Amino acid sequence: MNDSQHLSSQFDDDLSRLRTHVLQMGGLVETQVSAAIEAYETGEIASVKTIVETDRKVNELEKAIDDDCAHIIAKRQPTASDLRLILGISKIVTDLERAGDEAKKIAKSVRRIYENGHLPSQYGVGIRHLADAALVMVRQSLDAFARLDAELANSVIRADSAVDAEFKSIFRQLITHMMEDPRTITTSIEIVTIARAIERIGDHAKNISEQVVFIVEGRDVRHTKEKVQ
Amino acid sequence: MQIHDTPALKAEARNLNFYYGEAQALKNINMPIYDKKVTALIGPSGCGKSTYLRSFNRMHDLYPGNRYEGEIRFFPDNTNLLAADVDPIEVRMRIGMVFQKPNPFPKSIFENVAYGLRVRGENNKRVLDDKVEHALKGAAIWEEVKDRLPEQAPNLSGGQQQRLCIARALATDPELLLFDEPTSALDPIATGAIEELIHELKKRVTILIVTHNMQQAARVSDYTAYMYLGEMLEFGKTDEIFIKPQDKRTEDYITGRMG
Repeated sequence: MNDSQHLSSQFDDDLSRLRTHVLQMGGLVETQVSAAIEAYETGEIASVKTIVETDRKVNELEKAIDDDCAHIIAKRQPTASDLRLILGISKIVTDLERAGDEAKKIAKSVRRIYENGHLPSQYGVGIRHLADAALVMVRQSLDAFARLDAELANSVIRADSAVDAEFKSIFRQLITHMMEDPRTITTSIEIVTIARAIERIGDHAKNISEQVVFIVEGRDVRHTKEKVQ
Repeated sequence: MQIHDTPALKAEARNLNFYYGEAQALKNINMPIYDKKVTALIGPSGCGKSTYLRSFNRMHDLYPGNRYEGEIRFFPDNTNLLAADVDPIEVRMRIGMVFQKPNPFPKSIFENVAYGLRVRGENNKRVLDDKVEHALKGAAIWEEVKDRLPEQAPNLSGGQQQRLCIARALATDPELLLFDEPTSALDPIATGAIEELIHELKKRVTILIVTHNMQQAARVSDYTAYMYLGEMLEFGKTDEIFIKPQDKRTEDYITGRMG
């Protein structure tokens, strides 16, 4: 990436404002996800409302950032690293917005679980573990974007398979529970939904990191096995 | 670079140096010009891109004290365009040029296009008619001027004049066309027409174009060379240069940063 300044300082301002907005949006999504997991563990379903409200802000930011990208393309005809930054950002915000949606899904499942009773304690640990791993991915993908750090982005991409494996193991456990005791099915289905949402959040963090690699190095590492050189 | 899709060479600069008297304007340029492709030369003012372009048709011979070193090989015959025994007039028959400002002769539309053919000794009315029509069609201006061929060329609009100049360059069936900022004096519509025309022309002729308009280089060219202070810093496929240039200085220039 290029750190030197444009001849047009206004262009520099436009780009740095855009990056700030993306990080703001990322910060909101990160809060949404951790609040949703917090609610799952504590049963504080009052925070569900906040998570849903935050999602509205996230959606607004997505639209505003896309609009800014369109304006920059129209006014500045960005090339090279500038072009990659704009293209990357416009995809990153899509993934952030979807990660926010997943957090909202988690929050709603949590509300259904606690409205119907309470959480059997044996489910807590696996989900916490999965959620921690996904949250680290989200945080690191945003850090990688902020610092334009392709190495960190690559490590997020590698981390995704561990989260996928963790999800599968939770899924198998829940199937066993449901078969052993059909009374747990309602709750178990909600927990599968939650685990699935967390796994998807990890996927979005991975996609964001792939865009960071593209922005920094100009390589498209999507849908490839050999992500790391 | 991949070898598999490298097209044939039309010309190639080899260790080309150029001096305006004592001042060295081109420094050891090595660059391929691919056959029936558009190659754009970009770079800040004074980087030598026009000097380089003009070396191809020996325009610098017109001024005393100018000096070339090295070669520009022209294919398929592998002639060194800069060799002392090569006649510049012959060179200019094979290499046409279009300038920044349209410069039609103060003659009729017809005579502007027929001029090069007449210089060559062609006087047969039917041959001239045919070739003039063919050239005007090639320059996408025939429909606009076919009923007014005897009119004075300077009465045409700027964009039409420029296309007429392209027709004039095409009339002698050149193998290489040199464009020196061909649209900088034109409005966006006329510019669009010229760019469209360049796209058509490359089916039969190789094109080398100097442009200050980065987006134009990105739109019309297959290859781009970035020049700076008389040196060629980067040459590559246009698609690659505008997405991921290799040289930081190219990047700074095309993204509009101070360099």
